[in-house]
Parts: sequence; C-alpha cells; structure tokens
Amino acid sequence: MQLPDPSFLLIQCLSGLTYAMFLFLIASGLSLIFGILRVLNFAHGSFYMLGAYLTYQFVSYFINSPAYFWWAVLFASVSVALIGGIIEMLLLSRLYVREELNQLLFTYALVLILGDFAKIIWGTGQLSISRPAILKGAVQIFGQYFPEYNIFIILLGPGIALLFWLIMTHTRWGRIIRAAALDREMLGTLGVNVSWLFTVVFTIGAWMAGLGGALVAPIAAIVPGMDVEIIISAFIVVVIGGLGSFWGTLLGAVILGQVISFGILVLPRLSMVFIYILMAVVLILRPWGLLGKPLKR
Amino acid sequence: MPRENWFLVIIILCLALLPMSESRFYIFLGTDILIMGLFAVSLNLLLGYTGLVSFGQAAYFGIGAYTCALLMKKASVAFPIAFAAAAVFGAVAALIIGFFCIRLTKIYFAMLTLAFSQIVWAIVFKWNSLTGGDNGLIGIPFPQHLDSPTRFYYFTLFVVVLSLFLLRKLVNSPLGRMLTTIRENPERTEFIGINVKKFQLIAFMISGFFSAIPGALFGIFNHSIFPDLLFWSHSAEVLIMTILGGMYSFFGPMVGAAVILYLRMLVTSYTQYWPLIMGTILTLLLFFFPGGILGFLRSQLTFLKRNR
Repeated sequence: MQLPDPSFLLIQCLSGLTYAMFLFLIASGLSLIFGILRVLNFAHGSFYMLGAYLTYQFVSYFINSPAYFWWAVLFASVSVALIGGIIEMLLLSRLYVREELNQLLFTYALVLILGDFAKIIWGTGQLSISRPAILKGAVQIFGQYFPEYNIFIILLGPGIALLFWLIMTHTRWGRIIRAAALDREMLGTLGVNVSWLFTVVFTIGAWMAGLGGALVAPIAAIVPGMDVEIIISAFIVVVIGGLGSFWGTLLGAVILGQVISFGILVLPRLSMVFIYILMAVVLILRPWGLLGKPLKR
Repeated sequence: MPRENWFLVIIILCLALLPMSESRFYIFLGTDILIMGLFAVSLNLLLGYTGLVSFGQAAYFGIGAYTCALLMKKASVAFPIAFAAAAVFGAVAALIIGFFCIRLTKIYFAMLTLAFSQIVWAIVFKWNSLTGGDNGLIGIPFPQHLDSPTRFYYFTLFVVVLSLFLLRKLVNSPLGRMLTTIRENPERTEFIGINVKKFQLIAFMISGFFSAIPGALFGIFNHSIFPDLLFWSHSAEVLIMTILGGMYSFFGPMVGAAVILYLRMLVTSYTQYWPLIMGTILTLLLFFFPGGILGFLRSQLTFLKRNR
C-alpha cells in the first residue's frame, strides 16, 4: 500500500473534524438533557432532522433577503426549540413520576411521529440548499481545496463549547443547572422551580439539535431517515465521552469523527464495526465514559 | 385444572382450527403473530421478570435466523439439526455477550446490549461472501414436509406452544422466583447471599436461546432474511410489543405482538404512514394505560369482581 500524501491526510482530518462538530452540537444537547432530566431522548435525532427541513423551508421564505441563510438558521433552530419545549411541558413532564422505560418509549414514539410528519410535509425525496454566499468559496491548504463553510463549522464548534462552558460556570443559571444535575429535590426545597427548569433545559437541548440540523443543511442531503442515522452516532458520542459530561462529549465527537473519516480510508468495509467496538470497549472498561464520573447511586 | 389453564386450552384449540378458515391471509398473519409473540415473551424474561432492559435482543433473533438459513442453504444440513443449532448459537452468543453486559446496570446495560447487537448487525451487513450483505439471503429452502403455509403454520404453533410451556414452567419455578426477586431489589438479593450476576447471566442466556428459535422460524417463513432483522430498530419494535401488551404478565407480550401485527396489516392497506399511527397508539397507551393491554384488562376484571 502506498502512503497517502500528508496534505490529503490533513484534508481527511479536517472533514472528520467538521463532522465531529455537528456530532458535538447534537450530542451535547442529548447529554445536557440526560444530565438534568435523566431522560435518554431518542427524539433528539428528530429535532436535528426538523432543524434541517425547517431551514430548507425558511430559506424559501427569506430568499430575497441578502442574509437569507442566517435568518433561516435562526428561525429554524428557534422553532425546533419551541417544539421541544412544548412537547416537554405538555407531555414528557407528566411521565417523570413513572419508570425510566416509559420516558424512553415516549421519546421513541416521538421519533415515529415526527419522522412521518416530515414525510407528509416535505415528501420522501432528497432536498438540498446552497451554502451561504459569503462562505461559498474554498481555501487552499497545501495544494488541496477545502470549503470555507466547513472551516466556519470547525471554528464555530469550539466557540459554542466555550460559550456554554462560560454560561455553566459563571452565571446563576449555569449554577442552578449544575445543581439540578446533582440533587433536584434539594434544589426544589431551596425555592427553584424545578419543573420550569426542566422545560428550559429541554428547550436548550432541542435548540442545539435544531441548530445542528440547520447548519448541516447546506452540506448534507436533507432526507427522511437522517434522524435515526444521527441518533445512534450521538449515543455513541455521549457513551464514549461520558453521559452528562460536557468536555467528554466534545472529546467523544472528535474521536468518532476521526474514526469515521480515517476508518473509511484504511478498512472501508469495517469502519462501522470499529465504531461499535469502540463503544462496547469503553462501556466495558469505563461504563461512565472517558471523562464522566461514576454514578454514586 | 385452574380456570386460566382452561382458557389457554380453548385459545390453543382456536389457533389449531384457524387453517380451517382456508384464508391464506389469516394463516399468514397467525404464523407471523406466533413467531413475533414468542420473540416478545423471550425478551420479557429479561425485561419483565429479571428487570434488565435489553436493547439488543434483535441480535439473537438474527443469529437464529442466519444460523438456520445458512446451514440449510450453504451446507445443506437437515432442517431439524439446523433448527437446533440456531437455538444453541443464540444461547452461546447470549452467554458471551451477556458475560460483559450483566456487569453494568440500568441505562449502561441497555447501551452495551445495543452496542453488541450493532456489532453483530455490522458484521452481518458487511460480510458479503457469507451473508449476502445488504442483499440478504434469498431463496431459503422450505424444509421437507413443511412445504405448505398450513403445514408450516402447524409446525410453528407446535414449536411456539412448546416453548411457551417451557418458559412458563421456568418463570413459576424457583429459578423464576429468584429472577423476580432480583428485579424487585438486586442489592437486597445480593445481601441475602445470592449471586445476582450469575442468575442474570442465566436469564440472559435462556432469553437468547428462545429469541433465536423465532428467528429461525422467521427465516423459513419468509424464504429470505435481511440484515435489518438485527438492526436496533427491530429491537425497539419487539420492546414496544412487550410493553404494549403488558410486561408484568406472562402472555402480555404475546397480546402486544398480536395487536401490533394485526393493526399493521390493517393500517398498511390504507396508508403508508404506519409509524405515525404506531407512535400515536404508543403515546396514548403510555398516558392512559400504563400497565399495557393485559394489565388494563386485568385491573378492569378485578374492579368488576369487587363490585359484584
């Protein structure tokens, strides 16, 4: 086998990173919801899919505005957040008193319902939108071209991570959210409206998934089935990184992105198996994930 | 004989008379329900009786289907041997995978069973030369003497009734009681000196054995099998059947399988949006009948008795 030249490897690494940033956006919402609400949200992939479809929809509304793409991203992600918030407030919140399995099943029912709604509204064909005008070009890296839009995504990921970290560690809301992850009963007795907090957290989580879907829309095919495809990857990311661990999710996303990107080069037929083996090995050796903390219950 | 057993005898007699209807539709549906029902009851040995949420049960169903089909098609092994081998393979795979899974609890257990089932799925999906990969295995031969739908129906009925009989004996045996104790409180069971992990592994293995049997039947019933059978969504489907029927009663999962398969047959002839209907049914059930269909009927029955 001939050794591929380094610039090609760099491009491969960068496209892995781009994918990792989408995974990070979705998985960190999933991890946040699990950390606070203790609900493993199967519908998270559906929120991501809705984000992509709604961006397509809003792009057609705002097409005459110069910054139409950014408006569409904003409206689509906020709409997904609202849908998520309403679902939590009206339905999911009634299931907290039940067994965990009931919540899991409800979010799975949402996957089925939202998936079919998308099919009814947007059909089963493949939709696509073009990249925003200012990021249409490509930059040259060691003789290879790499799209500007992907660079923007790679820079945006850590930016969002940093912003989130700052909110969680330096604001009152962040403190309350972290406290809820540790002991929700105690937080309630201290006078915090926990059920409202849960709605807010679920809304933020849904917003992150919607944003991921909105941003992926210009570079991926918008098709039915993108919901179930991403949710398993997001599960793998949070399991590898550690359920409820924020930096772990970033690490897990980067690992998974690189494994997929290079696995296809080295062993195209086995790259998928690698991912699941990685997940199983982490679960066997460190069930709480690479950067997570073991549950003390 | 207790009243419940009389009831069962009547149901089995009805099922045995079903082919008299001469309707290919009902024979087909009946076979499908029996197969998926047994699969759901096997899963429920873990879910309802031992308190382990397995999210990768489709792996053992698929292993059973592929073992039986490959032995018959590629190695021309006689059906009874291939059938027995399928069940044994299912049990062995469950023993190996279960060995790792039972070390974890709750959500982590579910995640690891999911990871392993996806590994098995990916292997089946990618191993083109053996399994046919994405194209699946088609043209699985019908075993001798079982070459008509009616004959295969009777064979399925016999296998399923026998398996259910054995499983029911099992859950009412001291071993079954032990599993229920573990479900109720694993920590306490450990304190009274019982090796919880050992019993969980035994339950996992038995469940794998009885999940592979319907898998093997399914392959022959459909003449073809595809890697989809092992995908996680198939595990989710059988989980839904189990919970919909009622996971705290022995025959609940069977009822769940019957209701879902019948409704699917009915709905798909009108609309392609079966998942939407299914998701709605599931949501309504979660909010209004948390004990599943059989759980609901039972509570109504005790309510009526009390008021009489």
